[in-house]
Amino acid sequence: MDGTKLSTASWQGGASPFAIGHKKLGMWLFIVSDSLTFGALLMGYAYARLAADVWPKPFPFFPSIVFATVMTFCLLSSSLTMVFAVQASARGQRQPMVRWLLATIALGVLFVVLHLIEWNHLLGEGLSPFSVPATWGANASPLFGATFFTITGLHMLHVLSGVIYLGVTAVRKRATHEDVEISGLYWHFVDLVWMFVFPLIYLLSIK
Amino acid sequence: MHETTTRTTLSVWGWLLGLTALEVLLGYLHVPQTLLLLSVLGLSIVKAVLIMAYFMHLKFERLSLILTLVPVLVICLVLLAGFLPDGLRALNLRAFR
Repeated sequence: MDGTKLSTASWQGGASPFAIGHKKLGMWLFIVSDSLTFGALLMGYAYARLAADVWPKPFPFFPSIVFATVMTFCLLSSSLTMVFAVQASARGQRQPMVRWLLATIALGVLFVVLHLIEWNHLLGEGLSPFSVPATWGANASPLFGATFFTITGLHMLHVLSGVIYLGVTAVRKRATHEDVEISGLYWHFVDLVWMFVFPLIYLLSIK
Repeated sequence: MHETTTRTTLSVWGWLLGLTALEVLLGYLHVPQTLLLLSVLGLSIVKAVLIMAYFMHLKFERLSLILTLVPVLVICLVLLAGFLPDGLRALNLRAFR
């Protein structure tokens, strides 16, 4: 009941008004600020797209949409394995926790590999951060490349950081249950951001 | 400390996959662009709430934490959206007379 009822004491400060540790609160505040970073980038993308004369819709079913859908599946499943890692850690089972963390890392790496292959398709077509291929039409906005590579690139950087972070958590013998939980918060957040990037970038630009 | 059961976790995961499949399907149904935007955005918000509530455990945290984190984020994002109408400005310019 402590978790759901709001008492006046919660707002009056005290030892732990949020009933979580300072490290977890720190991660939550970071997540809020990072959400605003991605929110601002996606709003910038929306603005550029609204203001553009012609916004390209270049993504074919194969490879782009199939790849992006499989990547979404990877990230959602990696969140599932992360929940299992946190549950194993809550029960104090170190070996299963490490194995679930490794599964999460593997799915994260798979996401990045698939994403790089997908990037490579587009780069091969002639898309760059500063221009779009001539075959996409004379008036196609070159901002497409800028928004695409900035948003998916920053997200990919978050996935890579997460892979390293989870790797450190798995290796560190001194990592407490709270530390595992906090790394899980970060990982789920990376998954959450992709839930917006995937439909807004890919599904709204299907060829 | 509340622990979500494996059954609940798996059903949340299933819902997330199902909603993703629905989004991809919508992308191919030739619905008007604005309707597509609103529907995938709505589904994504549902997915985000599921992830935050169950995977990130927010549903089981104290209400004071939820009230500290969520409203500020929603308000800031909505305020950012206030810039969007300006994006249409260039397309609506009249010829100079």
